[in-house]
Amino acid sequence: MPKWTMVKAINNALDLKLAQDPNVLIFGEDVGKNGGVFRVTDGLQAKFGEERVFDTPLAESAIIGSAVGMATYGLRPVPEIQFAGFTYLAFHQIVAQAARLHFRSGGTIDMAMVIRAPFGGGVRTPELHADSVEALYMQAQGLKVVIPATPYDAKGLLIAAIEDPDPVLFLEHMKLYRSFRQEVPAEHYTVPIGKAAIAREGSDISVIAYGAMVQASVKAAEMVEQKLGASVEVLDLRTIAPLDEEAIVNSVSKTGRAIVVQEGPRAGGVAAEVIAVINEQALYSLYKPVLRVTSPDGPYPFTVMEDDILPSLDRIAAAIETTLEP
Amino acid sequence: MTFSLPTSITQILTPDGKLVGDPPELPPEQLLEFYRWMVLGRIFSNRMVALQRQGRMGTFAPLNGQEAASVGLAAPMQDGDWLVGGYREAISFFMRGIPMVTLMEQWGGYIPISYSPATKVMPIQVVLASQMPHAVGIAMAMQYKKERNAVVAVIGDGATSEGDFNEALNFAGTFKAPLVTVVQNNGWAISVPREKQTAAEYIAHRGPAFGMPGYVVDGNDVFAVYSAVEQCLERARNGEGPSIIEVITYRMGAHTTADDPTKYRPSDELAEWKPKDPITRYTSYLRTLGLLDDAKAADIEAEVRAELQIAVERYEAERPAQRVEKYFDLVYNDTPPQLARQRDELIRALNREQ
Ligand SMILES: Cc1ncc(C[n+]2csc(CCOP(=O)(O)OP(=O)(O)O)c2C)c(N)n1
Ligand SMILES: [Mg+2]
Repeated sequence: MPKWTMVKAINNALDLKLAQDPNVLIFGEDVGKNGGVFRVTDGLQAKFGEERVFDTPLAESAIIGSAVGMATYGLRPVPEIQFAGFTYLAFHQIVAQAARLHFRSGGTIDMAMVIRAPFGGGVRTPELHADSVEALYMQAQGLKVVIPATPYDAKGLLIAAIEDPDPVLFLEHMKLYRSFRQEVPAEHYTVPIGKAAIAREGSDISVIAYGAMVQASVKAAEMVEQKLGASVEVLDLRTIAPLDEEAIVNSVSKTGRAIVVQEGPRAGGVAAEVIAVINEQALYSLYKPVLRVTSPDGPYPFTVMEDDILPSLDRIAAAIETTLEP
Repeated sequence: MTFSLPTSITQILTPDGKLVGDPPELPPEQLLEFYRWMVLGRIFSNRMVALQRQGRMGTFAPLNGQEAASVGLAAPMQDGDWLVGGYREAISFFMRGIPMVTLMEQWGGYIPISYSPATKVMPIQVVLASQMPHAVGIAMAMQYKKERNAVVAVIGDGATSEGDFNEALNFAGTFKAPLVTVVQNNGWAISVPREKQTAAEYIAHRGPAFGMPGYVVDGNDVFAVYSAVEQCLERARNGEGPSIIEVITYRMGAHTTADDPTKYRPSDELAEWKPKDPITRYTSYLRTLGLLDDAKAADIEAEVRAELQIAVERYEAERPAQRVEKYFDLVYNDTPPQLARQRDELIRALNREQ
């Protein structure tokens, strides 16, 4: 089996779907000849032509708004927004149009589209390129929000997203694009949307995370296991909306302790929602309050201090240790 | 009011340094100043790229090729005017009083502790076209206060496709705001050529569509840019409303230090633009006038390099002062208690981790 980076795995998923389904179109800023600013769409225009893979004028609202029109007409657009921080310019088209058309049309119009956008901290990008935007889109009912943590999941989830009749916001963490390789089957497969995965099995505590924080949590779990001999489980949410409540409740009911790790700011974040689910459905399994490890409630930091402000291995490990105390 | 569509590119100084129109009436010292700013801009840009390569600077957008346009658009501005620019406008920023170190802080990912709004220059922001409605708002505020000031807004060719650009121009036209919009048409928006942004021949055609005059000028000709901006500023100050000037230039370098233009740009294009270099043409003109010779040029370059070196040293000395405490102070004027708690916890954790 080939060993691929996440960039390659996503490129391959797009390649397969373009070949399989003539209704799939890819468009956005610099996705054509340049193959995307991260080379995610590299070679696709050369292979499938400018009709299927094309550059648009710089206009995020029109990129998503036109995708709404195309989806209405039966196409399966896969638009790219160059950085998730620029989805703000298309916020209305995503939240109030793409996410609601199925509802507005009495269930008669499907918004089969996937909006891909990179995001994520730790890679020294200019302002607004790194922002974690997912919590904002959790409130866009009708929209699915997917954040893969591994190359294998990225490919399977992206294929599932393109085949899904509902709109999906597919957020790709820049730090994971090339940080490691994994065996990825070259053929078509899917990973189900809305299902979390156990990234690391354990019995004493559940560390719930997504995106780049999964890897960090696995490393912190190893640190704590070595130090204290505790058995730490890491749950990778994979889909932020709709949340896999069952997987969260199952894991926490088994371990009786949990922390949630999220890269974005604290208030109103994904972690808050996960903790609310635990509170409603697994409170009596808990020995200790559920802690959050997050960025502080401020804008994404100036890069000179981003490493200080993003959740660190030590802070994740410390939260695990505190929660493990009797 | 109806305005006619611009149909040609206005030029005063040709690529070989000859006059084909009336240059603005300026004293020799100011003509040399223009030269100095252009040279400074190019040296600054090259140094920023070098610093980035050495890991001492963040992502940077080189300005090479656009020096004349930046000088020409800032030079006619007056004390009360505001500059609302894009990210490739370093020279204009410097000319309006932003110190070099401020742009180093911004591109370096530092808190811009040296920035001051007293310069009447908005800080760099990277979200394309978002500065345009701000520029209109400042212009409307000037109008409301009955001040004879104006705003110069600068935007790239690609960014004119954004909704904000078009909404802002429509505001400006409707409210007759004292705004001069300069479109730095450098031919490219990362990998996307100008032809793919609009099917119109010129971006400045949108001027008449929004009820304001539109002009197209040679952006590598500092006199053409200066004259157009000066006239439009005068118009704005006289309460006659906004205008738009498209300056035709060329991005000689990469989009940013993170970009590789060989992936998408034909190499003969650069060769075609090289002879139109804004600094070369202005240098020949000044030499013909007898205002510049080798010794003078060397003096200016040495002076500029020394000034730049001081800024680099100041920038690099600032790093220890860039503390996490400061980050928390910037979120609100009054830090709410939970944020103060997050700050204290983080500082404790950082001390522990050291
Ligand atoms: C809203 C938004 N979309 C996308 C980007 C990413 N981006 C940064 S610069 C750029 C190209 C801009 O081209 P142009 O306006 O011509 O200015 P130039 O860089 O050529 O000076 C793009 C697409 C962004 N910064 N903001
Ligand atoms: Mg451009």
